[in-house]
Amino acid sequence: MFEVIFLQLLNGLDKGSAYALIALGLTLVFGTLGVVNFAHGALFMLGAFCAVAFRRLLTLETVTLDPTRLSPWGQPLEVRAPVVQAWFGDFGAVLVNYSVPISLLLAIPVMLIIGVAMERGLIKHFYKRPHAEQILVTFGLAIVLAEIVKATFGPNPIPQPMPTDLRGAADIGAFFGMQANVITYPLWRLIYFVFSLLIIGAVFAFLQFTTFGMVVRAGMADRETVGLLGIDIDRRFTIMFGIAAVVAGMAGVMYTPLLPPNYTLGMDFLVISFVVVVVGGMGSLPGAVAAGFLLGILQSFASMTQVKAIVPGIDQIIIYLVAVVILLLRPRGLLGRRGMMEA
Amino acid sequence: MFRPSNGMSRRRLIKTGMAGILATGVSPLIFSKGAWAQEFCNNPTGATVTFGLNLPLTGAYAEEGADEQKAYELAIKHLNGEGDGGLINVLKPTALKGNGILGKKVEYVTSDSQTLSDVARAGATRMIERDGAIMITGGSSSGEAIAVQSLCQEMGVIFMAGLTHSNDTTGKDKRRYGFRHFFNAYQSGIGLGPVLGKEYGNERRAYHLTADYTWGWTQQESIKNATEALGWETVQTVLTPLGAGDFSQFLTPVLNSGADVLILNHYGNDMVNSLTQAVQFGMRDRQANGKNFEIVTPLISELMAKGAGENVKGIFGTSNWHWALQDEGSQAFTRSFGAAYGSPPSQAAHTAYVQALLYADAVERAGTFYPPEVIKALEGHEFDGMGNGPTLYRAEDHQCMKSVLVVRGNENPTSQFDVLNVVQEVSREDSTYDPAMFGGDLGPAEPAPLCT
Amino acid sequence: MTTFMSRRDLILFFGFAAVVLLLPILAQPFGAAYPDLLQRFMIFGIFAIGFNILFGLTGYLSFGHAAFFGVGSYAAMWSFKLLSTNALPAIIFAVVIAGVFALAIGFVSLRRSGIYFSILTLAFAQMSYNLAYSVLTPITNGETGLRMAIADPRVLDRLFFEAPVAQPVPSLFGFSLSGWNGFFFSAIFLLATFFLAMRITNSPFGMMLKGIKSNQNRMNYTGFNTRPYTLTAFVISGMLAGLAGALLVVTDPLAGAERMRWTASGEVVLMTILGGVGTLVGPVLGAWIIKYFENIFSSFNDNILSAFFSFLPEGAREIAVTVSSKFVGDGWHLTLGLVFVLIVVFLPGGIMEGVRRIAARFSKADRDGTARERRLAPKAAE
Repeated sequence: MFEVIFLQLLNGLDKGSAYALIALGLTLVFGTLGVVNFAHGALFMLGAFCAVAFRRLLTLETVTLDPTRLSPWGQPLEVRAPVVQAWFGDFGAVLVNYSVPISLLLAIPVMLIIGVAMERGLIKHFYKRPHAEQILVTFGLAIVLAEIVKATFGPNPIPQPMPTDLRGAADIGAFFGMQANVITYPLWRLIYFVFSLLIIGAVFAFLQFTTFGMVVRAGMADRETVGLLGIDIDRRFTIMFGIAAVVAGMAGVMYTPLLPPNYTLGMDFLVISFVVVVVGGMGSLPGAVAAGFLLGILQSFASMTQVKAIVPGIDQIIIYLVAVVILLLRPRGLLGRRGMMEA
Repeated sequence: MFRPSNGMSRRRLIKTGMAGILATGVSPLIFSKGAWAQEFCNNPTGATVTFGLNLPLTGAYAEEGADEQKAYELAIKHLNGEGDGGLINVLKPTALKGNGILGKKVEYVTSDSQTLSDVARAGATRMIERDGAIMITGGSSSGEAIAVQSLCQEMGVIFMAGLTHSNDTTGKDKRRYGFRHFFNAYQSGIGLGPVLGKEYGNERRAYHLTADYTWGWTQQESIKNATEALGWETVQTVLTPLGAGDFSQFLTPVLNSGADVLILNHYGNDMVNSLTQAVQFGMRDRQANGKNFEIVTPLISELMAKGAGENVKGIFGTSNWHWALQDEGSQAFTRSFGAAYGSPPSQAAHTAYVQALLYADAVERAGTFYPPEVIKALEGHEFDGMGNGPTLYRAEDHQCMKSVLVVRGNENPTSQFDVLNVVQEVSREDSTYDPAMFGGDLGPAEPAPLCT
Repeated sequence: MTTFMSRRDLILFFGFAAVVLLLPILAQPFGAAYPDLLQRFMIFGIFAIGFNILFGLTGYLSFGHAAFFGVGSYAAMWSFKLLSTNALPAIIFAVVIAGVFALAIGFVSLRRSGIYFSILTLAFAQMSYNLAYSVLTPITNGETGLRMAIADPRVLDRLFFEAPVAQPVPSLFGFSLSGWNGFFFSAIFLLATFFLAMRITNSPFGMMLKGIKSNQNRMNYTGFNTRPYTLTAFVISGMLAGLAGALLVVTDPLAGAERMRWTASGEVVLMTILGGVGTLVGPVLGAWIIKYFENIFSSFNDNILSAFFSFLPEGAREIAVTVSSKFVGDGWHLTLGLVFVLIVVFLPGGIMEGVRRIAARFSKADRDGTARERRLAPKAAE
């Protein structure tokens, strides 16, 4: 029974990593700009498609027709030659193999630009408008972004293979000197978990230890006073929106080997990430992270047959049930500040 | 005079009376296409006849939908005498002349069903009511097929199902106006059982992950019965929500459950995801109960195998048809389709194409588009040359009886299309079953006066 | 001003009624004059009006209204299966059940306001949807959807008539309710709903709701308990959603879980915003536009487009088809999203605000009139 529970716990942390990363960005935006961003899931999706686009670029092929051989339908056989390998040889093959992690390098600038453009172009006009209108305009934006991706990449998921060396499962049990082949877990999912911890740590360190972060934190606490001190808080907040977009984008890139991305990916994660934010407490960064992992773990355990036998259908509703209970008993969320959107 | 004791006839009288009042009243003045102005729904009076293609172009089974659309466009070309004629040349017996249907040129309208039953039904209604479709065809989920089939029964329009594999489509939920060429989960069980027994032995413990809807349930039941007949034990059956995406929370409990076979009753993107993730969990490198851990995908298509990439190598499943079959019909279809689109057709494309042709052929044989006559022409019709050997459209449940393929993921693909190998062709005799087994009631052939 | 309704309101109501009843002719040039779509116009018009009674009047943004719509559908279908194929008991049953459901959810959700209220309603709706899809399958028939069957009990029908041999369909005392009958049947309910919304808006109750919207705290400080008022609005709104859901199975007898999904809740929000929050006609207009997009725009395939652009030369036609095909067919959501973003940014009052602005421009000479229009305009930004 121990190994079953341990595996399910691990699975919960793994599921929670994605939730925590998305909720982190969502909370950054809400805490700094006071904007409820329904398009945040779309940023996650755009990040995933950075990986797709990068791989497309790497796997471009030259197609030549070989008239001497015939395809099964009686036409000249197409001979495909990958361009990158032709140019770079083995190094090209390595590039293609590691396309997913490498595309992080592409995703960072792209997502930063998208985030800043989104904030300057649309979101900034909505600071003074009510939350309901922020929800609506970002919801509309989410639809538009998803449809643009659909029009460009098609409606079907596009699988992104993980690097060959990182496939398969790691035997964690054996690593800790236990019986082999009992506690195994996919290597990439472990990497994703570690990756999310790194990103979360980096964001916290950035806010904690840099002057920029200090100003932003001060702005989150009291925007007007900071503005009175002659600090251009708006510009910093714009950059924070960009950073939130980068976090979401990187989370999306690394998620692609686990789930082939398609245009609905953002909407799929949107509802759940909002629930995570609310459970953690609107505007609380530690709350978002803690709630992300907590809900991941709860969802994982609720999916066990033993649990479902006691409460049928619990795996389907656990997340929403927790949200309802938290909202009713403790509206500011687990770690939310008193007075933050409390009503 | 009506007998007072018979309530129904009194009701009908009132109904007819009201219809008369309505007919002499407002509506027919406005709508010349009233229900009483024509002999049956969407009777084609012009030089053309319209097919309604109900295709999932987005959603979980979108890839199948896109392939079906290509096949229908090809079939319509061939029916109209364009292109190389495809399977019209090999269908035996055939009444098709390559000049449309009954001399009318075939046109089509489309609707994106989004792989959702509700939307599929709305789309079919639009194509019947507005676009005047004489026949509805397509779909790649059993949920859609059953929903649209019952609508078509109410409307009095024939439905030629596309890809649908649930036992219910021609079982519990069968309809007089619905016809299915595709095989079903029960036949998958018949085909797959012996092969699994031969390959994996008789002492296996199976764990099922099953898509939570009609098709998943019937497939799980059929495969469970087939494998338990071999002597296998079923450790656990778990229902997973359709379109779950990440199946990891359902896969972790499999690892130490004592099972040594994982059976994935998923389809489309769900199958690609669950299979890929199961392989990521190292299940294919595992040992359990002193045997190699195995994964089985009872229903699999080329498109899914392509999506799953090398994860599908060596995995067993069943298919309705495969483009590499060597008979004349399969070859002809692969040639036509490949020449038109540059890739071999999938089983979804094949069943869609065949359904379009069979409908046209039935109309030609009936000599009319009047649905009850067309239904009669299809029921009990015996034909050959469409790639599955001699085939019977069974009158009792509108299910085609033909051979079924057991396939296996290709270990050494020679091209990106060469992903599945046919390991066995299960004969029509072996895959035939008693139509009474799944119950259901076809209902009447006479159309209800519902179509406007 | 009569004691019953102001002259203005009477004109509005009869104008609206005339448009609705003449839709089969008016929609002809748009290719929308077929029963199924016009039925949907009626049904989603009711849904949007009901949603607007909550959102437009009280400012509470519910993101879970589709749950009541779905509950109405299932309840009506069970009435068809258990009691009778007659539509009236089904509709009554559906409205009552949806009302009870709304009372329970509203009672809990209204303890919070703002985005927390939105998330609560969303959570309840998602729970309903997920359960309907999975463990409640015996009640909902899951993904396949609940349908009528020949073998259903239908106790009331069997008391009076012999068991039918044919597939049963919804009816009204023996008259079939599919096709145009279904349209006129739903139209009556839309007009009744519209009338109800008019009466509520102008009633003291409606004034109270608007007061809650503009400043709930002030209302609370005066020692006034707003909860019963918002809860009443919530329940009325939920019952109308249930009515709409019931009508959908009356005209098309299949109840699927998909209509309870959060995207369906989002759709009714889009409808209301698009048309104009807090206006009477706006939500209906929004519903019609979205349903028109969904059913007509989505059916444009490349064939239709190239026929449409046939006046262009060969090369230009292909470009026009390629570009426009991104916005129609299965890309119709893109058009919808763009229109929606533009509306929220530039016309927060929706289409009705646009209409009003144009009308104001035309009657510039009549300055008093313009001022009156402004005063009557709902303050959507509040």
